[in-house]
Amino acid sequence: MSAPDHPAPRPLLRIRGLSKRFPGVRALDSVDFTLRRGEIHALMGENGAGKSTLIKVLTGVYEADSGSIELDGQSIHARSPQAAQRHGISTVYQEVNLIPTLSIAENIFLGRQPRTWRGVDWKAIRHRAEAALARLNLRLDVRQPLGAVSIAIQQMVAIARALDISAKALVLDEPTSSLDKQEVQRLFDVMRRLKGEGLGILFVTHFLDQVYEVSDTITVLRNGKLVGEFAAGELPRLELIGKMIGRELASTEIRNAAPGNTREATTDPFLVAKQLRRQGSIEAFDLEIRRGEAVGVAGLLGSGRTEMARLLFGLDRANGGEVQVGGRAVSLHSPRQAIALGIGFCPEDRKVEGIIPDLSVRENIILVLQAKRGWWRPLSRKRQAAIADEYIQALRIATSDAEKPIRFLSGGNQQKAILARWLATLPQLLILDEPTRGVDVGAKFEIARLMERLVQEGMALIFISSELEEVVRVSHRAVVLRDRQKIAELSGDAVTEERILNTIAAPSYG
Amino acid sequence: MVEVANEPRPTDASAADSLKGRTIPPEIWPLTALALVLIFNALFTPGFFRIEVRDGHFFGSLIDVLNRGTPVILLALGMTLVIATGGVDLSVGAVMAISGTVAAAVIAHPPYSVLSRLNLGSGLATVIAVGLAVALLAGIWNGALVGLLDIQPIVATLILMVAGRGIAQLLSDGQIITFDHAGFAFLGSGFLFGVPFPVTVVLLMFGLTTLLTRGTALGLFLEAVGNNPRASLCAGVNTRWVKLLAYVFCSGCAGVAGLIVTADIQAADANNAGLYLELDAILAVVIGGTALTGGRFSLPGSVIAAILIQSLTTTILMRGVSPTFTLVVKAAVIVAVCLLQSTKFRRILRWRR
Repeated sequence: MSAPDHPAPRPLLRIRGLSKRFPGVRALDSVDFTLRRGEIHALMGENGAGKSTLIKVLTGVYEADSGSIELDGQSIHARSPQAAQRHGISTVYQEVNLIPTLSIAENIFLGRQPRTWRGVDWKAIRHRAEAALARLNLRLDVRQPLGAVSIAIQQMVAIARALDISAKALVLDEPTSSLDKQEVQRLFDVMRRLKGEGLGILFVTHFLDQVYEVSDTITVLRNGKLVGEFAAGELPRLELIGKMIGRELASTEIRNAAPGNTREATTDPFLVAKQLRRQGSIEAFDLEIRRGEAVGVAGLLGSGRTEMARLLFGLDRANGGEVQVGGRAVSLHSPRQAIALGIGFCPEDRKVEGIIPDLSVRENIILVLQAKRGWWRPLSRKRQAAIADEYIQALRIATSDAEKPIRFLSGGNQQKAILARWLATLPQLLILDEPTRGVDVGAKFEIARLMERLVQEGMALIFISSELEEVVRVSHRAVVLRDRQKIAELSGDAVTEERILNTIAAPSYG
Repeated sequence: MVEVANEPRPTDASAADSLKGRTIPPEIWPLTALALVLIFNALFTPGFFRIEVRDGHFFGSLIDVLNRGTPVILLALGMTLVIATGGVDLSVGAVMAISGTVAAAVIAHPPYSVLSRLNLGSGLATVIAVGLAVALLAGIWNGALVGLLDIQPIVATLILMVAGRGIAQLLSDGQIITFDHAGFAFLGSGFLFGVPFPVTVVLLMFGLTTLLTRGTALGLFLEAVGNNPRASLCAGVNTRWVKLLAYVFCSGCAGVAGLIVTADIQAADANNAGLYLELDAILAVVIGGTALTGGRFSLPGSVIAAILIQSLTTTILMRGVSPTFTLVVKAAVIVAVCLLQSTKFRRILRWRR
């Protein structure tokens, strides 16, 4: 299986010059996209590339600012997902949008039940549901509730529903995220079958191996712009990754910071993780980190970067493996406990897990320190103000005063305040998950400089970023993740963007 | 990197308030409403502000407002902490009934009550301690359901709201327990320094609650947990424990209110003690400027609002309006305050002009 058999089959779906703006962001900038009959077409790109916006415009969730969408040579303009579905474009999302308490058959025909003069024609529903599933090579008791079957089967049911509504084009948005390996294979069988029937399938995933396994064509987006369309067989992994993250491989390498490589030999590790794992989140990994050492974590979106951090901070519980902090075995089961051990964690999603929006900058900054002291030993108002002012100055947090609710601050300044919250506790190990996302260039640079200084002063740092350049600049060692597995650890001179890219791109070992 | 999904969108509140750069203190609205009610009374209700001294005790409508308002003020204090965590406690009325019934049973030893088998004596300290202990127990139950088992607060406390009154009826065998206990009666109808003793209790409880929340870091934790529970967890706040404590404290306040009401009428009525008062308490907290979604809370706001509610009732009674109008008038005033509090409504007003 490779490029389409016919040299130029008439395109099923033609998108030309599609643009969509959100306040302050050009989410899609004149993007072209073509889906052919009998083709599985992967849409690739990192966070903010515009994949989800493209899909949402295509399926009528958003309205485009400009550009055209043609299906079968006819210009279409879907204003709602239902309208798109009537045109023949169906979408199946990662989260199944069906009703678990209804039967499988009912779910397939929900809202469009065949009727007889007596009411709903249950017999017809059952037979047609069985037929719809048979098309996917599935034989099930369609009278059982949807919630009784696995997520994979539920997804198949969603696909069967989409097909029964008459789909010419099928959009699968991250369909494999919650599936195990066998289930993924099953889904792929169905996809190939549908492809054989002449359907066009648009496939969005973060898993590189899967892209190469099942798709014929790959379209890459970056920062809302089209990078290009490629035949899957003619685009090496390395090039694909380069195109996704926008880094030319020939570009001059940026040397890593690495002044402290020798520490490895001299100090005992602060934290050791052995075969730590969590089912459905990250496969078993080993990790060691010393004081005064910065370890970068690199990998594409969804590779398990955040999951690793959450395990080390006790936000998620491990299924297996062990962790030692300062030479003593610990079982991390809550952030409180991790904090007591001297670990800090700046989460990726600042709004959901970082800021307390209505509380003042001062309260946000002293929160962890106060939580560490306990409620009965309050920091005096004077102490709090002094600490807040100290960090507002040191990190140059732009705020009129420390009493302003933090939600009024810009994203970058909120991020600095969250950093201040952790620095105020003098952590031994700080885990930063995408600390520079949504932060302007100046603040990015300041954060990186600050981290370098703290590491020199003896703090251990785990630095997670989708910007390889940053990972390389900050880290002494780099852990490389792919598809929720730690696949390599680079150290010293090997920490270069090229090496990291090559590692991510290398075909998987069994 | 461009991040579409996380693009900051100003919330309703921030859009309106950021113009001024600082939020309006939430106590303003109930205070304004209370002032309006008092001005109305000063003009149209003769004798509202008159205070007499009889037998060394103060008497008058204002004193009466405070005295009658005691149960709701006490409930509102505890409810404020619960609502600050983003929860609600519907069971406070039932907890009042339980603590009152238990206290009365300990004093009176009625033969039909199961509690009479225990012989604890009827010392004042014992009566109060037992009454409060059962209330705290109820709070631990609520707090465990919400804090430890993550059951929705409305559902979790609904259990005790319904079952609690049933428990109180079981303990009293469905009868009103009357008693005669001079020491305990003082709690409800005594005077200290010329002021009704319940008012003193309210002052003490207000001081205690303020000290507990603002004198320690508990207030900060309550607000953090209510405003963003996930971020609070990430920041190492013991969110479960904070929630548990809020419910226990709230039930404690309800216990005190139950004892006062029982002591006042020298009888425990499991059917009617504290009936529907949970709603007045929730109302007082909301009018006082604490959002039902949790976060920032104001104890003075809740107290002012509780006094507002009581002064409305007293005003209506004093003006000789049929008591049947009480609820409607109350509702009208409360709707007005809620509208004033809504940033969206204020924006519409501004926009119209």
